[in-house]
Amino acid sequence: MFHLKRALAALFVTSTLFAGSAYAETLKIAYIDPLSGAFANVGEAGLKQFQFVIDDINKRNLTGGPKLEIVGFDNKVSPKESLNVLKNVIDQGIRVITQGNSSGVAGVLIDAVNKHNERNPDKSILYLNYAAVDPDFTNSKCSFWHFRFDANSDMKMEAMTNFMAKDPKIKKVYLINQNYSFGQAVSRAAKADLKRKRPDIQIVGDDLHPIGQVKDFAPYVAKIKASGADVVITGNWGNDISLLIKAAKDAGLDTPFYTYYGGGLGAMTAMGDAGVGKVKQITEWHSNVHPNKTEKFANAFNAKYGGPPQHLTFYYLRVNNQMYMLAKAIKETKSIDPKKLAYKLEGMKFAGDEGEVEMRATDHQLIQPLYISTVAEAYHDPKNPKTAKFKGKDKEVKYDVEDSGLGFKTDARIDAYVTAQPTSCQMKRP
Amino acid sequence: MAKLKYRPINLGRWLVWGGTALVMIILPLILTAGFTLTLLSQIGVGIIFALSYNMLLGQGGMLSFGHAVYSGLGAYFTVHALNLISQGAFHFPVTLAPIIGGLAGATFGVIFGYVTTKKAGTTFAMISLGIGEMVFACSLMFAGFFGGEAGVSTNRVMGQSFLGITYGPSIQVYYLIVGWALVCMAAMYAWTQTPLGRMANAVRDNPERAEFVGYDTHMVRFLTLVLSGFFAGIAGGLSCINYEIVTAENVGAAASGGVLIATFIGGAGFFFGPIIGTIVFFTMVTAVGAMTKAWLFYLGLLFLIMVLYAPGGFASLILMHVPVIKARLMRRLLLPYAAALVTGAVLMAGLVSVVEMTYHFSLEAGTAPGMKLFGFAFNVTSATPWTVAVGLLIGGFVISRFAWAAVGRAWADIVHILQDRAVV
Amino acid sequence: MEFFLISMLNSVSYGLLLFMLSSGLTIIFSMMGVLNFAHASFYMIGAYFAYQLSGWLGFWPALVCAPLLVGIVGMAVERYGLRTVHKYGHVAELLFTFGLAYLIEEAVHLIWGRSSVPYVIPPSLEGAAFTLFSTDYPLYRVFMMVVSVSMLIGIYLTLTRSRIGLVIQAALTHPQTVETLGHNVPRVFMLVFGGGSALAGLAGVIGGNAFITEPGMAAAVGPIVFVVVVVGGMGSLAGAFLASLLIGTLQTFSVALDYSFADLLAKLGISIGPDTPLAALWDLTIAQTGPVLPYLLMVLMLIFRPKGILGTREG
Repeated sequence: MFHLKRALAALFVTSTLFAGSAYAETLKIAYIDPLSGAFANVGEAGLKQFQFVIDDINKRNLTGGPKLEIVGFDNKVSPKESLNVLKNVIDQGIRVITQGNSSGVAGVLIDAVNKHNERNPDKSILYLNYAAVDPDFTNSKCSFWHFRFDANSDMKMEAMTNFMAKDPKIKKVYLINQNYSFGQAVSRAAKADLKRKRPDIQIVGDDLHPIGQVKDFAPYVAKIKASGADVVITGNWGNDISLLIKAAKDAGLDTPFYTYYGGGLGAMTAMGDAGVGKVKQITEWHSNVHPNKTEKFANAFNAKYGGPPQHLTFYYLRVNNQMYMLAKAIKETKSIDPKKLAYKLEGMKFAGDEGEVEMRATDHQLIQPLYISTVAEAYHDPKNPKTAKFKGKDKEVKYDVEDSGLGFKTDARIDAYVTAQPTSCQMKRP
Repeated sequence: MAKLKYRPINLGRWLVWGGTALVMIILPLILTAGFTLTLLSQIGVGIIFALSYNMLLGQGGMLSFGHAVYSGLGAYFTVHALNLISQGAFHFPVTLAPIIGGLAGATFGVIFGYVTTKKAGTTFAMISLGIGEMVFACSLMFAGFFGGEAGVSTNRVMGQSFLGITYGPSIQVYYLIVGWALVCMAAMYAWTQTPLGRMANAVRDNPERAEFVGYDTHMVRFLTLVLSGFFAGIAGGLSCINYEIVTAENVGAAASGGVLIATFIGGAGFFFGPIIGTIVFFTMVTAVGAMTKAWLFYLGLLFLIMVLYAPGGFASLILMHVPVIKARLMRRLLLPYAAALVTGAVLMAGLVSVVEMTYHFSLEAGTAPGMKLFGFAFNVTSATPWTVAVGLLIGGFVISRFAWAAVGRAWADIVHILQDRAVV
Repeated sequence: MEFFLISMLNSVSYGLLLFMLSSGLTIIFSMMGVLNFAHASFYMIGAYFAYQLSGWLGFWPALVCAPLLVGIVGMAVERYGLRTVHKYGHVAELLFTFGLAYLIEEAVHLIWGRSSVPYVIPPSLEGAAFTLFSTDYPLYRVFMMVVSVSMLIGIYLTLTRSRIGLVIQAALTHPQTVETLGHNVPRVFMLVFGGGSALAGLAGVIGGNAFITEPGMAAAVGPIVFVVVVVGGMGSLAGAFLASLLIGTLQTFSVALDYSFADLLAKLGISIGPDTPLAALWDLTIAQTGPVLPYLLMVLMLIFRPKGILGTREG
């Protein structure tokens, strides 16, 4: 039986690899994100942020006992592969998972965690979401086991349109988004919010283009130009944002771009100078916020992981919030049981670097302040040799992103209560 | 031409099939580490899919780059059917739900197949690629049916449990897969023995002659594709029950490429080749994928080596040795094989070191230059490990050439001896 | 009018880039019968080589050296890979290049990492070439058009006027005769494969900085290039040229058309609501169907005219 032998040998390898173990003093957290394939760079960068903040938590013993440990699992950004990974994670006895890249994966994981916890109530899993922003996850699909630490796309749009509504010069808005649930949600929210706040604003275009397949955005830019738009709103990420901005620059289009992920990993490098003064982003933090309580932490991170070959810079403040809040929950419950932790996290208030944030109990959505900022050239300080290749003159833009020579300058800070949105969530608690 | 033999009881065949069934049934009882069940379920579904693919590639001579279209659409129809069943729209046992997928696969086989099978060879390969890309692009466009990038989920646990079978625990799903896999394997094997299966071989080998004999080659290819679509659809339906979700990647190019690789490395020319290929493929994806980020590189390399040096796949490598063992000449090969193994191990060690070190270097040379490989800890920015690794690679390459030359000589001798005996 | 002219220019420049990619594939296919699945991978390594070389030597030397290097890689692939599988037939060759595409992508991951690399347009080619009404037309796009048109002329002259071109053409149809005349046919094939790869490399050098140089770029253009070759007619350079322009135009202009079946039916007095059967199909605008159109064109072409626009043979 040739294939029996082969399979046995192979399975022996796998089974020894995946043998579970018991631990009392360590809480393992499974990080389920792409670590190979096209989006691996994003997954790697996130993993490093988790490692860095966990080192800090362990060093300062913020949990009051148990050590935290992050274990990376590669889901190849595939919803199906994520389910395999989840099974593997459960088999290893890991009870807390975190994930962020792609709402497609997140939706599948929420569903799978719900099913698992229902079928195995004594082995429940806690799911901490640090970046998947589909509003459904805290509305129609909300789950007791799911906690979201990023502002969802409706909240970001609320903040963005609040800012835009104050600008009387904006008369015509053009929407261009990727044709999938997140892009459609952005387009929907933009139309609804603008209609409510500024009924005089005209939507002159609403494009949904295939995700990741457009090589040449010149035709779209020609269309934007022809529409006479004052502002473009886009939820594009990855290459779709970089290519769009580059094409706009080539055609001499001066319209500002309100983006969700203009400062995402690699985007600044790809856009280069094309984005200066034109690309705005909405985030919970950027490196030039003022006052900047995270500065020291971010600098320590950049000192460790920045520079070649990857040029990482600190990006996810929400990862810190998430892990500090988890540590706080462990300390207060004196337990690492997912169910107890989940009950503790519900409604938890936490003094973050950007002010108090709250994990809203009704839908498990973190309510936090947001920033709107614009790409600018980083400040060239003649006295500081580190800034030798910077070209900017504005002192406020102290740090650049990913060694691109470009950083962000705050346009507005949106307070937490402004971003909060009503929810339709009807939470079922065990 | 092989003669069709009639034997009332083919003992050997019963042993092989019975043995396979037994192994599939008892494996999860021996290997209890949790993750093996997931892997075994994947392999079970993969076997049906790869065998259905081999109806095209191996038996029909049609190289398809879009076979996932049939399994994927089968999976989508199954998932929608399961959702309708759980809402009480109609009654249908979950156990038989893969048949819905099979029918969907066959239906799309009829729709796409009539056009695509007009020509074999490169044209067929191109159209299959085009149709695959088209269906994938559609899947992101029609979110209502395909569920967008999040896919369509379902719940396989529904209705009354029958004899305690709810399909909640994954072991029950595994046995469902085993049952279907055995039925499909037997059916597909039986197909190779039917007149249509034989004609598919003839059309593959010499379409002109088949046409002269009076067969419509287009029709033969078309029927083969429809049947293949049917079995692919069953595999799709089973994967839908296994994962309880169907996403656009089920119809995507990666799924089509994966089944091609699995079938080919197993051996497209043999009925059981794809089975071996599927086992090797999923083991590599899972086990190697757990160990290194470069697993795709190793998979690609394995595939290329097979294309270049063993186009018959693992199955042909195994079958090559059957006459040698029968003729009791295996010992002539043992020494050269041992030499090839040892030198190959050196070459592999060199290759793996270079690949892993390059990965590590390009990812984190600046932050964490230390790494561990084969139990040695070293610094990836220093020159010594690179010298060692490159030395192993080059040295391994040179000495393994000698070893392979020896293997070649031993084989030449054996072929001579076998030919002499055959003459005598 | 402004929109139409700009879009027309955009379609031509995109079409010409597609042609640069597909010309190499067409030449290889027509001469050797090999459908090179890894052709887009040569486009990708062209861009990466150019990125690396322009860091050391500057853009202009890279423009010349990178395609040559890609050509050498192509020749090595032919010599040590394709020639070995040649005896197993065209399907084995296709499989070989299929595996090669996987391997090249992973090798790029290995060497240059997984994110995009900052390969930028040289300063001398930045800025606008001319302004049409109020839209700038980028100088770099003009440069791309010039390069691809001169390449087209170069190929044509090489094949019809030069000695090596005549040998290549002869080796296509009568390999034995050419061999008996003392020419080394395997070497001719190697040169052809290398040359075709170099053309893809050249497309990579000028396409990589116009768009983005990243490991997914091969997989993104690969299928489209196949569509061009099939629609144009397997092995026909002129056909590939027409098909490239056709697909460039199709993709550029489809973006602009926000019309759906529902609009058409509404004009005829039939209203489509969300409850109408197949509502998703009727509401789809032409702009959204953009990505499917090339494949639809290819499938239709294969059904009604399997030879392609200007092809002479089927399959």
